[in-house]
Amino acid sequence: MKIGWLTLLLLLPFVGALATMLVPKAKALVAKQVALAFSLVTLVLTAIVAVGYHQDGAEKYAESHTWIKAFGANYALGLDGVGVVLVVLTALLTPIVIIASWNDADNGRWSSKSFFAWILALEALSIGVFAATDVFLFYVLFEATLIPMYFLIGGFGGAQRSYAAVKFLLYSLLGGLLMLASVVGLYVLSARAGDPSYLLTDLVKLDMSENTERWLFLGFFFAFAVKAPMVPFHTWLPDAAGEATPGTSVLLVGILDKIGTFGMIRFCLGLFPNASEWATPVVLVLALISVLYGALLAIGQTDIKRLIAYTSISHFGFIVMGIFALTSQGLVGSTLYMFNHGLSTAALFLVAGYLISRRGSARIADYGGVEKVAPVLAGTFLFAGLSSLALPGLSPFISEFMVLAGVFSKHKVIAVIAVVGIVLAALYILLMYQRTMTGPVREGIEKLTDLNKREIFAIVPLVVLIIGLGIFPKPVVDIIKPAVESTMQRVGVTDKAPQIPVTEGQK
Amino acid sequence: MSHELTWLLVAIPAVSAAILLLGGKATNAWGHLLGTAASLAAFVCGVLLFVQMQGHHGEERSETVRLFEWFQVGSVKVDFTLLIDPLSILFVLLITGVGSLIHIYSIGYMEHDPRRRRFFAYLNLFVAAMLLLVLSADYLLVFVGWEGVGLASYLLIGFWQHKDSAAVAAKKAFVVNRVGDIGLSLAVMSMWALFGSSAFVSVNAGAESMSHTWATLVGLMLLLAACGKSAQVPLQSWLLDAMEGPTPVSALIHAATMVTAGVYLVVRSHAIFEQSEAASTAVVIVGTVTALAGAIIGTAKDDIKKALAGSTMSQIGYMMLAAGLGPAGYVFAIFHLITHGFFKANMFLGAGSVMHGMNDDVNMRHYGALRTPMKITFVTFAFGYLAILGIPPFSGFFSKDKIIEAAFADNLVIGLCTLLGAGITAFYMTRVMLMTFLGEKRWEKDVHPHESPKVMTVPLVILALLSLVGGVLALGGWLEHWLEPVVGAHEEHHPPLPIIVMTLITLAVVAVGIVIAVAKYRRDIPREAPAGSPLTVLARRDLYGDALNEAVLMRPGQYLTRTLVWLDNRGVDGLVNGLAALFGGLSGRLRRFQTGFVRSYALSMVFGAAFVVVALLAVRLS
Repeated sequence: MKIGWLTLLLLLPFVGALATMLVPKAKALVAKQVALAFSLVTLVLTAIVAVGYHQDGAEKYAESHTWIKAFGANYALGLDGVGVVLVVLTALLTPIVIIASWNDADNGRWSSKSFFAWILALEALSIGVFAATDVFLFYVLFEATLIPMYFLIGGFGGAQRSYAAVKFLLYSLLGGLLMLASVVGLYVLSARAGDPSYLLTDLVKLDMSENTERWLFLGFFFAFAVKAPMVPFHTWLPDAAGEATPGTSVLLVGILDKIGTFGMIRFCLGLFPNASEWATPVVLVLALISVLYGALLAIGQTDIKRLIAYTSISHFGFIVMGIFALTSQGLVGSTLYMFNHGLSTAALFLVAGYLISRRGSARIADYGGVEKVAPVLAGTFLFAGLSSLALPGLSPFISEFMVLAGVFSKHKVIAVIAVVGIVLAALYILLMYQRTMTGPVREGIEKLTDLNKREIFAIVPLVVLIIGLGIFPKPVVDIIKPAVESTMQRVGVTDKAPQIPVTEGQK
Repeated sequence: MSHELTWLLVAIPAVSAAILLLGGKATNAWGHLLGTAASLAAFVCGVLLFVQMQGHHGEERSETVRLFEWFQVGSVKVDFTLLIDPLSILFVLLITGVGSLIHIYSIGYMEHDPRRRRFFAYLNLFVAAMLLLVLSADYLLVFVGWEGVGLASYLLIGFWQHKDSAAVAAKKAFVVNRVGDIGLSLAVMSMWALFGSSAFVSVNAGAESMSHTWATLVGLMLLLAACGKSAQVPLQSWLLDAMEGPTPVSALIHAATMVTAGVYLVVRSHAIFEQSEAASTAVVIVGTVTALAGAIIGTAKDDIKKALAGSTMSQIGYMMLAAGLGPAGYVFAIFHLITHGFFKANMFLGAGSVMHGMNDDVNMRHYGALRTPMKITFVTFAFGYLAILGIPPFSGFFSKDKIIEAAFADNLVIGLCTLLGAGITAFYMTRVMLMTFLGEKRWEKDVHPHESPKVMTVPLVILALLSLVGGVLALGGWLEHWLEPVVGAHEEHHPPLPIIVMTLITLAVVAVGIVIAVAKYRRDIPREAPAGSPLTVLARRDLYGDALNEAVLMRPGQYLTRTLVWLDNRGVDGLVNGLAALFGGLSGRLRRFQTGFVRSYALSMVFGAAFVVVALLAVRLS
């Protein structure tokens, strides 16, 4: 039988991980090159799939095989608009991280080749998570992503990496445990209704009592809220991102955390529509708190990497808020936000990493006047910062604005308070820029070198996409829209119609 | 030039900025020339479009150019559409015209700066963003230009960022503007909710059906945005600090163009403001308060640029209040905006020329008697001075008098305030004149004032002439007629007294201001500022605007963040860690638990996962 496209996408990085590990230890450079080559081939393949999806729709990519019959578990993969966007993000960020982290793992606990092998393993598992259309398969892959991430943090990071890695693992496992309870619950329901099946297409037909639905929803939601991470389950992230290498942080915040918000759309809204609507007020308030709390804490940080981690907590607040606004603007905006946040945070973490590796310190107070000695570094840092604060014209602006407008159309008070977040974002970014890059040149900064070609090369694709999708986001928006429409139908919500619609002719 | 090519106006300076920024040192030698050429090219495009517009009549002069669909979600569709109409073309000419002169001037002013190329890149970026702002046909697209100019302003205020003060001022400007952006964001969101669109045509068409409450709310949000960008009370505090930027920047961005964007926004949104008396009144009040506050601040500043900055605040206040007066005021707001663009740019560049000759000293107490060594600067500055005072036949006479008349026709108190403002303006501008160009020498040692090179004085001369003749725009009601398709016809206003009497009264008040200033500053200006009365101190401290911000926002904000950081580390995290310790027993045992069990657990999961993969493959291949 022939191997499906998505299986191929999932296998390729796995094979790459194995191949990287098989390279003899003495040939570290070859191992890196092998890893990079596999990630690039995966990217090309992903691009082909994405274009094919855009043209021919999803059917071509769906695969399903019975896996464990007794559980009703299937090896089932498929794509929808939300999944495609995140698979593309994964395939895009992986080679960028590999290039940017070229020398970052040379002094780790283990050989550098294992660093790149774990990255590829993580890529494979993440693609699987975003493509799984069977809840059991999703759960297995969801938990499996913890393994490479645990080793990436614990093996190649700062002084407190062990603590950070364990903390990350414990939080995630706790969330996963509750989800497991819900997954088992689904099995029970499904078995009662006839043959057990974990396929999403079968599960949506289940009849659930109001209470059961709410309990199952909570199990999933809690796991995703830890992952995303939402206040008050967030404290593992600053530790993890602060200790990990910049490349690892990009994968963690840019991709792995998106599983949380992705899961909210596909599983919380998809399987438990009534419970999702029921939970909306609480979730929106929690998300609002995340937006403001994350931003305020970012302002108060003294460590560059922790600061960026807190900005992400604020950004994830926006994403969750857009999802639970249950409007098409909110949902499309949130999905787009996931993609754009991946780009902007990757740029921010990577450039911050370039800076930190030169000075050997992540403390903001150790910097000052960098712009004068390393203008390209400072310029890219500012650019990444501006995209993080959602400057109009750059891609994150559109997604953030859609989210806010989506919330505004149904929950005015929450949107009005959330808008304050844009001022706080300007503060945390520009304060950090001012303290590190401007002013008189500080001691220890005089000899700082500017970015080299490899470092620039890793950032350029991000810059191009951030500008390009800021001006012309239509292709991505068009891919997302159908998925959002079907989600909205599933939940049974519609947009609020404009109060005073202006006729087509006048538009 | 076909209107289809309007996008070139934005694209030319944008591409030039990109070349200069990405080209790096390779473009150092000719960067300033490319930057200036790009600005001039945009100006030529603007003139061609203007000439072509003359061939049409009335509403036919407005052309929309749809470039592509930006995005469409739900019921909202936003197109990348430009609108070239009688209002936007005036701005295009002002921005590119004055902008080009300032580019030329900067060639001389920034000659010895090692980062001159970058300066021109930022200036081009500004021109592109500002043109996008005034050419957009959708509020969301306006927002892109709106923050684009904010970014350019940020980069240019902080251009000498090795100085802490410049970096701090730049950040402050951006953050305060972001507070204003809350207003613009919410306004656009409301438009989406109300009309399902934020395109000008849709909003204008739907505005009449808005409820009164919504019209007021949207109007107030737009006003908040305008306050941020145009440095109106209560968001005025950033403009004085913005003088940290190089002087050509102060002239172009913080006097002639960007800071007037708020006035543009209000005039452009006239359909909404006409639905709400409350929102229009708020605009008038904000304008009046700022007109007076700026003027008062201007009276006490010894820093020539800050005195002019206070004046800018005040003059924009005049425009704003005119825009709030409704159809009677729109035309005069725009008229004053244009003449102010001429004479204020002229005076700022003049101040730059003075600084150029005085080793970058900005303290007017160290000036005096500069009329002899700097004749051209003196005469051109004097043209600007006469224009801002409103002495006939200088341009300011026509534009400011109209606003004062309209204010009186609307409300006696507002009218008196504008009259008082005119008097204070006369006072502080005369003070600047006397302290800088007249009186005795109070120069520092080793300062040898000299006239600036031609590349700087020629733009001064041109702007001085424009300050003189700018009033012709209103000849025979040309401007009113020109803007009628955009802002509607305006009913004749009736000031309480005949216009000639009003004019004479205004001139008399101005004369009083001049006389007081002459009496006070004719001679014996101490080189050190005297302690001054409480009123003087109040004005020197910018009416305690910064102190207020600090007490109400900054310090409580700092406490809040610090407390939260502490709580997050001790409280939230501590609680969870405590729980973890509880589960794991003693913390020492927890540590063993961490390095031993977890890793082996994870490892077993790896094997499990590998097993799953193999199992999957086996299933698939069977």
